[in-house]
Amino acid sequence: MLARVASLFARRGYNIYSLAVAPTEDENYSRITIVVDISATPLEQIVKQLFKLIDVVRITELDPRKSVERELMVATVRADGDQRARVIEVAGIFEAKILAVGADVLTISLDGEPQKLDDFEELLRGYGIVESQRTGRVALPKLEREARKGATKGKAS
Amino acid sequence: MSKKEILTGAEALIRSLEMENVDVMFGLPGGCILPAYDPLLKSSIRHVLVRHEQGAGHMAQGYAHVTGRPGVAMVTSGPAATNMVTPLCDAFMDSIPMVCITGQVSTTAIGTDAFQECDTVGITRSVTKHNELVMRAQDIPMAIRQAFHIATTGRPGPVLVDLPKDVLQNTMEWHWPTDEDVQEALPGYRPITKGHPRMIKEAAKLLLSSEKPVLYLGGGVLKAHAAEAVRELAELLKIPVVTTLMARGAFPDDHELCYGMPGMHGTATAITAMQKADLLCALGARFDDRVTGKVSAFAPDAKIIHVDIDPAEQGKVRKPDVPIVGDCRLVVEEIVKAVKELLAEGEQQVDITPWRSRVNGWKEQFPLTYEPSEPGARLKPQFCLEKLRDAAPKNTILVAGVGQHQMWSSLFWKFNEPYSWVNSGGLGTMGFSVPAAIGAKAGRPDATVWAIDGDGCFQMTAQELVTATTEGIHVKIAILNNTYLGMVRQWQEMFYGERYSEVDLSGCPDFVKWAEAMGCVGIRVESPEEIDAAIEKANSINDRSVVVEFRVEEFEKVFPMVPAGASNDEVLLHPTQESRREFLK
Repeated sequence: MLARVASLFARRGYNIYSLAVAPTEDENYSRITIVVDISATPLEQIVKQLFKLIDVVRITELDPRKSVERELMVATVRADGDQRARVIEVAGIFEAKILAVGADVLTISLDGEPQKLDDFEELLRGYGIVESQRTGRVALPKLEREARKGATKGKAS
Repeated sequence: MSKKEILTGAEALIRSLEMENVDVMFGLPGGCILPAYDPLLKSSIRHVLVRHEQGAGHMAQGYAHVTGRPGVAMVTSGPAATNMVTPLCDAFMDSIPMVCITGQVSTTAIGTDAFQECDTVGITRSVTKHNELVMRAQDIPMAIRQAFHIATTGRPGPVLVDLPKDVLQNTMEWHWPTDEDVQEALPGYRPITKGHPRMIKEAAKLLLSSEKPVLYLGGGVLKAHAAEAVRELAELLKIPVVTTLMARGAFPDDHELCYGMPGMHGTATAITAMQKADLLCALGARFDDRVTGKVSAFAPDAKIIHVDIDPAEQGKVRKPDVPIVGDCRLVVEEIVKAVKELLAEGEQQVDITPWRSRVNGWKEQFPLTYEPSEPGARLKPQFCLEKLRDAAPKNTILVAGVGQHQMWSSLFWKFNEPYSWVNSGGLGTMGFSVPAAIGAKAGRPDATVWAIDGDGCFQMTAQELVTATTEGIHVKIAILNNTYLGMVRQWQEMFYGERYSEVDLSGCPDFVKWAEAMGCVGIRVESPEEIDAAIEKANSINDRSVVVEFRVEEFEKVFPMVPAGASNDEVLLHPTQESRREFLK
């Protein structure tokens, strides 16, 4: 299925900014969350072309203002001498976790809203990022105010 | 308790095809698909053995074009599957229902670069409406049911089913999925056929209130069997009609409301009527670039009603004022009802007689034209087409390849019945003509099938005439031999300062000898005196295929022409009409 979606995007020339895919709560279905660049192509066209794929059952457009988004980043940063303390301080401020400690590098992971990751990444860049990897955004629609009171676990509508 | 019936995957495949009412299929056996060819011997399905898998694909297309039923092709793995890419892509571009079965190496060998292995599903992913690799014999009936369902519903298209050799050899318990089972297994596929009532009413109002309306008919009208409904709409409101390259025959050329084909090589009348319209009612059409010319300059004053079964076409090229997703026939029938209701309530149609007489004026002033050949010079291709047209038996299906001959065929022939014209529009596949003609004849054996071909196109797929001969599927081929790749030569003449690069096909082959070598009657026509007798002879032969080589003028150009990237207003007319150009407004 992923191959079909990627293939569609490639041949129609739609730009994928990030992509995350995994099985859902129902084992028959998997969910792909794509961040797409709509400056070149209207979102409506992309959605309609995706629907033409026989295996696509549902498409939800997640407006960042109305959804809950998360992303995970893992980065190895230069942290020798004085820098180490400073890096650890920044990590602490962002509530990031230190995963590994080397002689002059630290590996840090941070999960949170994409914007928070962007800010963190920019700060780390100042210290020198050796290598980093982001997972791609996952998102679900924000619950409506009333629904939040009676929200139950299980399949969303 | 019902008895369990154990079949091999191959037997299940053949039986599934029979259950889907397949009467003929086109194919060529090979290693991986071999198991399927054994039960075929006892089957009611007729198998046409081709000489190139690409031929099988185009034959399946030709069959589908004229019957509306899905064309079926079966080939083996590897090179055979890759040979199907062109016909699949062609069917995909023109929305032709087609089911292609390909063999594949055993499931245990997949991914090991085995003999005749290729990633068929990966390779054909972007040229099929859907495709699937079946991993268990048990899944074969459902895979076939799904394939036919997807190919023939919604916007028709090609579907490929890839069957590994061991899956065909393994046994399974026979079962035939019900319609409900099929629906349930495809939760993501729910084509919309019924148009939204409010949109339909809007369309009806717009049709009544527009002063310069045009009905823009595309291939979808034929796919939906909507010709009758469309005719009712056109006659009810007396709206001028144009038929695209894929819709020729959807509205009779002889009808007073028909203004022919629009597009890059359309008639000046059709092109201009669309440009000047204040309403374009697009039925089963997709605003293809060959029709719109420069999109920003296309039909600048027109409101758009867009009826199409594919939601993705709405707004893809031009934003519609009234988008209607649905089956063309059902929607047009509802529009007719809505219009009649409005008229009954006292609404009146705006007077469009000034518009109609304006359009008729163009038709009078700018008919299709060509200069007759000089005495002793080579025949004009348009003249040959006119002769073929006037002598064609009733119930003739015309097939064409791609190029100048295709444009002249579409323009000069008179299509008064739907499903009488077969050509490759979207992909523009040279070599389409001969195999598609054979497929068409296999689907409509009662009809006469004339295939117009260029000398370039003929050389790509002529070998399938051997298939025609051995299988007794008799077609008539007219080669308009101008010894050039005509359309390319025209562009080089017009846009590359007559710098002719790699378009000369002269010297070879001898088409008549070649035809005879393939068991056909070969006839050569070089002068006007020979033409009538040659065509009459061709039309009288019914026990063999006929190839008539017309030696035609090399440097003839197709007019009108809208140069690529230009606005339709910049259409180039035939040189003899350019002086009257100011009247084309």
